[in-house]
Amino acid sequence: MTTGDTLLRRLPRVRAGGLLPILVILGVLLILVAIRQPGFLAPGSLMSFLGRSAPIILLAAGQYFVIVSGEFDLSVGSLVTAQVVIAARLIDGEPDRTWPVVALVIVSSAFVGLVNGVITTWLRVPSFITTLGMLLILVGAVYFWSDGSPKGELSEQFRRFGRRAFEDVPVFGRVPYALLVVLVLALLAIVLMRSDFGRTLVAVGDSPRAAELSGVRVARTRTIAFVLSGVAAGVAAILLGGYSGVSFQAGSGLEFSAITAVVLGGVALGGGRGAVLGAMLGALTLELLFALMNFSGVSGTVRPAVQGAIILLAVAVSAARSPSD
Amino acid sequence: MSAQSLLAARRPVPGVYLALVLTVAIGWLVVMLRGGALFNQATMVSLLHVAAGLGLVAVGQTLVILGGSLDLSVAYVVSLSTLVAAETMNGSDTALVPGVLLALAVSAGIGLLNGLLIARFRINAFIATLGVGLLLKGYLDSNYDGPAGATSPSLVQSLGYQRIGPVPVSFLLLLVAAVAAGLALNRTRFGHHLLAVGGDAEVARLSGVRNQRVLVTAHVLCSLCAGLAGVYLAARLGSGAPRVGTEGIYDLESIAAVVIGGTALAGGRGGVAGTVGGVLLLASIDAIFNQLEVDSFAKQVVRGVIIIAAVAVYARRTIRKGRS
Repeated sequence: MTTGDTLLRRLPRVRAGGLLPILVILGVLLILVAIRQPGFLAPGSLMSFLGRSAPIILLAAGQYFVIVSGEFDLSVGSLVTAQVVIAARLIDGEPDRTWPVVALVIVSSAFVGLVNGVITTWLRVPSFITTLGMLLILVGAVYFWSDGSPKGELSEQFRRFGRRAFEDVPVFGRVPYALLVVLVLALLAIVLMRSDFGRTLVAVGDSPRAAELSGVRVARTRTIAFVLSGVAAGVAAILLGGYSGVSFQAGSGLEFSAITAVVLGGVALGGGRGAVLGAMLGALTLELLFALMNFSGVSGTVRPAVQGAIILLAVAVSAARSPSD
Repeated sequence: MSAQSLLAARRPVPGVYLALVLTVAIGWLVVMLRGGALFNQATMVSLLHVAAGLGLVAVGQTLVILGGSLDLSVAYVVSLSTLVAAETMNGSDTALVPGVLLALAVSAGIGLLNGLLIARFRINAFIATLGVGLLLKGYLDSNYDGPAGATSPSLVQSLGYQRIGPVPVSFLLLLVAAVAAGLALNRTRFGHHLLAVGGDAEVARLSGVRNQRVLVTAHVLCSLCAGLAGVYLAARLGSGAPRVGTEGIYDLESIAAVVIGGTALAGGRGGVAGTVGGVLLLASIDAIFNQLEVDSFAKQVVRGVIIIAAVAVYARRTIRKGRS
């Protein structure tokens, strides 16, 4: 243990929450993919990959807001499932209903986030209990409401966000709508984290007591983080529903992928450290890793194990490197 | 947290038994008005069977929560244990003892891993056990599609179905485990140290408690309990079931039973008696819903609400006590 400690401390000191480690991992994975599957890096297929990764990138950004403020949101996967199933039933193939349902999905996702936040902050229920309870409630409710199998279908207008692209774009080949959506929202997230709200959010995660004493409304700040996570899940549901269609499995396990991505991006669990860009790059890295595993013929069922190993490794490394504790 | 931990280290048996009596009384009345019967032999037996499985997991969960830790991997340990037991036994009675011992040994090994990650590598318990849980899930998902192995017939007959009057042997096993855990907590040095570590880890360390060893022991015991629940479920189902733990939501339900039983999630206060009450309460609600033929998905919604509400009620009470 002691030798391990000194060894780790002797490594070049990277600023906690810095982006260098994740960029290095991403670079290495890109090289490995390029060796195994050279065609993958052609503009068209690379752009499609980025579009496919959009939902998990959004979920990672949403999860980042919650984690950096010192909490967890385990309900996002079930929220995605619920929204996809609900949207399909409400639209029921009618193109006219697309926009109202898109609005409903986002507003109701924000509401679920609000409920998570209020229960966690005002009723003082630990967030993993709140959001695991919410997971049970959402999954149960959506199964109950649809009698055990999804009904209705999404309109083509709804699905285009997740599956269509601007074709024949010079240089890029094709630009999926989902990629544009994620770029705009990622930019907004980065701007948000540079605003007063972003600094407050990190301060709350770093030390809720200190933040409270300096006049921050901790409960409100954390609740907003949960709302942002809910909205991210709503948008991810629209993209995922479009891309992969309606099923009860649409969002299953995505909460763990999002947490893995956030940890991989150098964000400290427990709050207070890390960048939203890191979390989103973490999501991209995770997707790239899964793509590489796929090219190498590794079964998709080991994904949870890979995520578990990444979470443990990342947290153990960061725990060993922080001198205090 | 430090302010709370200065409070009395133990409380009397919590109000969960009052809640249990009220719930059963109301349930009995509602079921009777609908023309059913809550207290017939079949319902009681199935209630106690449900309680036995959940209870074994929850007794172990109580130990780690008292120590200020937590175990989210129990659901996967339960599933894995059913498979190890059933595949080792492979339907023969001669392999009964090796099967049980191997299942418990594997479970204890996972507990050791959890404990070391948390106590030695200082990884947050939630994350460490989530990570270990995901590792196990990956293993289970990639190696099993459905039930596998076969439990020894004599274990199925005894632990799975044998009962004395309306009381299943498995429920007696739970009572034995609960009494053992209670004695360990109240009568042994390990128990006192565990409560001290959960109350205030720094104070415990300064008073000479070996925090790491205590926490690791608690985690090994917790996983052993989950492994025992797995052996029971293998006996009940007749084979190993790769998803029985997650479908039973043993992770969240066991934590809920512990909290409903009056043990503080932050650690240091509470006990096994309350947990058994919490388990009986959850099992009674389950039995009442079954009698009322509530849709199983709707039941899950109500369960989620109950779990959040129960934790919220105790959280409020802790805040009030902390302030007064």
